[in-house]
Amino acid sequence: MPEKVKVQVLGVGCSRCRALEEKIRSLAAKHQLSVDIERVSDLREIMQYGIMMTPGLVMDGVLKSYGTIPSDDQLLAWIKGGP
Amino acid sequence: MNFKPTWRAVFFVAAWVIVYLALDPATSSLVSLLPLPSGSKLTEAIRFFLYEAPKVLLLLTIVVFVVGIIRSYFSPERTRQILGKRSLFLGNILASMLGIVTPFCSCSAVPLFIGFVETGIPLGVTFSFLIAAPMINEVAVVLLFGLFGWKTALIYVVTGLAIAISSGFVIGRLRVERFVEDWVYAVKSRNLTLDSNPTRDDRVHAGFDAVRDIVSKVWLYVLIGIGVGAGVHGYVPENFLAGIMGKSAWWSVPVSVLIGVPLYSNAAGIIPIVHALLEKGASLGTALAFMMSVIGLSLPETIILRKVLKLPLIFIFVGVVATGITIVGYLFNFIY
Repeated sequence: MPEKVKVQVLGVGCSRCRALEEKIRSLAAKHQLSVDIERVSDLREIMQYGIMMTPGLVMDGVLKSYGTIPSDDQLLAWIKGGP
Repeated sequence: MNFKPTWRAVFFVAAWVIVYLALDPATSSLVSLLPLPSGSKLTEAIRFFLYEAPKVLLLLTIVVFVVGIIRSYFSPERTRQILGKRSLFLGNILASMLGIVTPFCSCSAVPLFIGFVETGIPLGVTFSFLIAAPMINEVAVVLLFGLFGWKTALIYVVTGLAIAISSGFVIGRLRVERFVEDWVYAVKSRNLTLDSNPTRDDRVHAGFDAVRDIVSKVWLYVLIGIGVGAGVHGYVPENFLAGIMGKSAWWSVPVSVLIGVPLYSNAAGIIPIVHALLEKGASLGTALAFMMSVIGLSLPETIILRKVLKLPLIFIFVGVVATGITIVGYLFNFIY
C-alpha cells in the first residue's frame, strides 16, 4: 500500500472544481485508496502555481493539471503515484 | 468496443448529418400524426416547439464540438504570449478576438486577470479580453443563428467585438492602474512546468468533453426557453411589447440595459426570451442591448472581480461597457 497522497484542488468554488473534488473522492472510495483532499480557495495561494484556469490539481505539491477534469484512468494513475 | 477518438469523431459527425437531414421529414410526420386540430393556437405552439427544439439542440451539439476542438489550439498561456508585445489599440483588437477562442469560464476570470497583469499586458487590453470572452460565445451565436438567421448572429458577433475593443481601449486610456488591488502586483507565480502537446486524439477528446460539459449544462434552459418562445408564439398578441420596447420608446434601450446588468443568465437561457421579445414587437436594438447586458455583465462577475479591482474600477468597468451596449442598442434601432 503506497503512502497517503495529498491532493489539493485549486479553485474559488466553481462547479467544475466541486466536480473534480467529488470525482477524486468517489474514485478513491471505489478503489479503496487513501487520499487526503484539500480545497484551496485562497487566490494568492492558487496564483503561486501560475495557473490561469481552474480547477487546478496538485498532488504531493506537484501541479498535475489545470483547467480540465482529467479522466478516471489518469486520476487513478496519479493517485497511485504514476506519471 | 473501444474506438480511437478520431474514429469516434467520424462516426459522430456522420450520425449528426444523417439525423439533421432526417429531422424535417421526421417532425413533419410526427406533427401530422398528433391528434391536434389544425390552426389552433395550441397546435401552433406545439408545432413550433417540435421543430425548433431538436434543431437548436443539434446545432448546439455540433458547434460546441467543433469549438472544443478549436479551443484545444489555444490556451491562456499562448494568448498571454501573443498579447504581451502588442501596442494598445492593436492589442485591444487581438485580445477581443482571442477572447472568443480561448477557453474561459467566469470562475477563471480572476486567475486570468492576475496572470495577464503579471506579465505586463496593459489593463485596457486585459479588459478587452475579459469583456469579449463571456459575451461572444458559441452558445449565443448558435442560438441566434438557429432562431434568427445568420445576419443577426453576425451582427451580434461584430457589435460584441466592437464593444470589447472600444471599452478596453477607453479603460486603458483612463489610467486606472491605481485601482487594481495592490497585492495583485506582488504576485510572483512560478512558471508553469506542465508541457502540453496535445495529439489529434487529445483534441477530439477535448471536443467531446466540451459537448458533455456544455450541452449537459444548457439543454434544459434551451428547452424551457423554446417552450416559453412557443407559448408566446401562440398566445401573446403581436405587438404586445411595441409600446414599451419598440423603437418609438427612446428610453427603452437604457432601461433594458439597467435591468440587464445585474441579471445573470447564460446565453441559452436569455436568447429564447429575446426571441419572445422580438416577436412581440420589441425592436432589435433594444433586445440586443438587453441580451448583451445580461450575458456580458452580471452581479456575480463583479463580485468575483472585486477581489482584484477596487470599487472605482468596478464602476468604471461596468459603466464603460454599459455605455457601449447602450450606444449599440440605439444604433440598431436607428438603422432598422
